[in-house]
Amino acid sequence: MTLLLGALTIGLILSLLALGIYISYRVFDIADITVDGSITFGAAICAVLIVNRVNPLLATLAGFAGGVVAGTVTGILQAKFKINPLLSGILVMTGLYSVNLHVMGKSNIPLLSAESLTTWAERMGQSWFGNPEVNLGGWMVSTRDLVTLLAVLAMIVTACLGLYWFFRTELGTAMRASGDNPQMIRALGVNVERYRIMGLALSNGLVGIAGALLAQYQGFADAQMGIGMVVWGLASVIIGESLTGSRSLGLAIFGAVAGSILFRLLVAIALRWGLNPNDLKLVTALFVFAALVLPRLLQQRKRPVAAPLGSS
Amino acid sequence: MLTVQNIYKTFNAGTANEVRPLRGVSLDIPEGAFLVILGGNGSGKSTLLNAIAGTFPLDNGEIHLAGHNVTRWQEHRRARLIGRVFQNPFTGTAPNMSIAENFALAIRRGQARGLGWALTKNLMDELRDRVKELRMGLEDRLGNAIGSLSGGQRQALTLLMATCLKPALLLLDEHTAALDPKSADQIIRVTEEVIKRHKLTTLMVTHSMQQAANLGDRIVMMHRGSVAYRFEGADKQRLRVEDLLARFEELRRREMLDDSVAALLQENYI
Ligand SMILES: Nc1ncnc2c1ncn2[C@@H]1O[C@H](COP(=O)(O)OP(=O)(O)OP(=O)(O)O)[C@@H](O)[C@H]1O
Ligand SMILES: [Mg+2]
Repeated sequence: MTLLLGALTIGLILSLLALGIYISYRVFDIADITVDGSITFGAAICAVLIVNRVNPLLATLAGFAGGVVAGTVTGILQAKFKINPLLSGILVMTGLYSVNLHVMGKSNIPLLSAESLTTWAERMGQSWFGNPEVNLGGWMVSTRDLVTLLAVLAMIVTACLGLYWFFRTELGTAMRASGDNPQMIRALGVNVERYRIMGLALSNGLVGIAGALLAQYQGFADAQMGIGMVVWGLASVIIGESLTGSRSLGLAIFGAVAGSILFRLLVAIALRWGLNPNDLKLVTALFVFAALVLPRLLQQRKRPVAAPLGSS
Repeated sequence: MLTVQNIYKTFNAGTANEVRPLRGVSLDIPEGAFLVILGGNGSGKSTLLNAIAGTFPLDNGEIHLAGHNVTRWQEHRRARLIGRVFQNPFTGTAPNMSIAENFALAIRRGQARGLGWALTKNLMDELRDRVKELRMGLEDRLGNAIGSLSGGQRQALTLLMATCLKPALLLLDEHTAALDPKSADQIIRVTEEVIKRHKLTTLMVTHSMQQAANLGDRIVMMHRGSVAYRFEGADKQRLRVEDLLARFEELRRREMLDDSVAALLQENYI
């Protein structure tokens, strides 16, 4: 049960990463590897502030700001300097590695003794339930874990509603159109380059929060924690799409979150069954590879049948 | 209203792929005029419209529109003054977004976009009325993705989107070329209606002599990046399809002559 709660919580935290990837990958059609750096950047900033006794909520917001800065830089490289999107992401990610080490001053900052959102949750659990453990449908679970899960859930729901609302505003609709058909929206007076920068800033900002929350949840920030996160996020988005089977905005956002949770649960189960943790990244990469290639293969096999129907 | 002064454009200058689609084009169009642009493939018609819309910077010359010197304005800035319909029905609409959302994007052409809800009730009511006028039955499908519509339906909506905020200038680039004859006629009918009703200043590129003879109050025929013939006023009204075809033939002969002279020169002097 503790394992399940843990997997759910991490899945929810990383759903912010998935939402960020949804923006870059689905709205703008860019595989934005900046997130590998910006998730660590968010975690690093947050951890350093928390160790220095800054209010953990502010520290988390600072993680968001860090992500926004990283995304803005990538966006400017793409839009103003016309550098290939993939390469822009690689440049910023690589640069961020050094920046993160500077921010942290060492490669790992432990947070276990510091006042963070997790300690807040622990205290809240104590005062609500008056007990470090509570009976949940026959299972004894720690109130700390339970309250943490609920708090993270509340944050994610807020983030999803906020994102949905944003993408239905005039500004957000135009941002989606900048990804869908840049030529058309430029002819309607939108500075596509600027919208692309804003989109990447928002995307990486969400990833920065994911990093900040993850650091507080697992109790440390680490310079290596971002490696492969972009693939993780892609996997979540792709799973989400196959779950909801739809490109409609609301379902897509829900799907990204559901995909992230489901993917984390699958990973937890696989690890429990004896998957070597060292193989995790390889398995994730293979999974995304399969998810990208299989639909196309299936379509190719269908085509000879579909063609006469289509041409009639 | 629209003045194009001696504009030049060369693409890929100094390379083997150098093309010079605009070689000193000038136009002077008063408000409310409807200019039809004819010319063979590659004569520079689309490039002229793109130059006016601001897709690329000019090498030379100036463009004035509605009292502004827009020569150095970027495309998205000029959009405040210009409505466009493209040849390809896929170019003018965002395929994965709904009819209503596309319209919401168009209704704020060239204006600031804020954090207000995009699909307000007012907008939906207005949209339903306007779409009904197309008589295509689309008013019940406002929530559908535009990508699911036919080319003709998409062009009709693009036309609606380009004109829902009255543009100072409407640019139509062979906007019926990708359609079957019936849809093309329908779009031309809608085009005429919209232009008349809003008294729009219009530039329309077409390959159809029939459209050129029937529509508009002036014609320019382009050839190799410059204007070869102009017809206005009574001249334009008298003009029939056969006259236009004759002018085309003349241009074609002139081109062959150019080529043979070039060949002759090459043989004798190089
Ligand atoms: N962005 C560009 N880069 C390079 N070459 C271009 C560009 N735009 C146009 N051209 C070239 O300029 C020439 C004129 O093209 P344009 O599209 O204006 O012709 P057109 O008169 O519209 O022809 P059509 O009737 O076939 O549409 C062509 O040779 C074209 O290849
Ligand atoms: Mg053309």
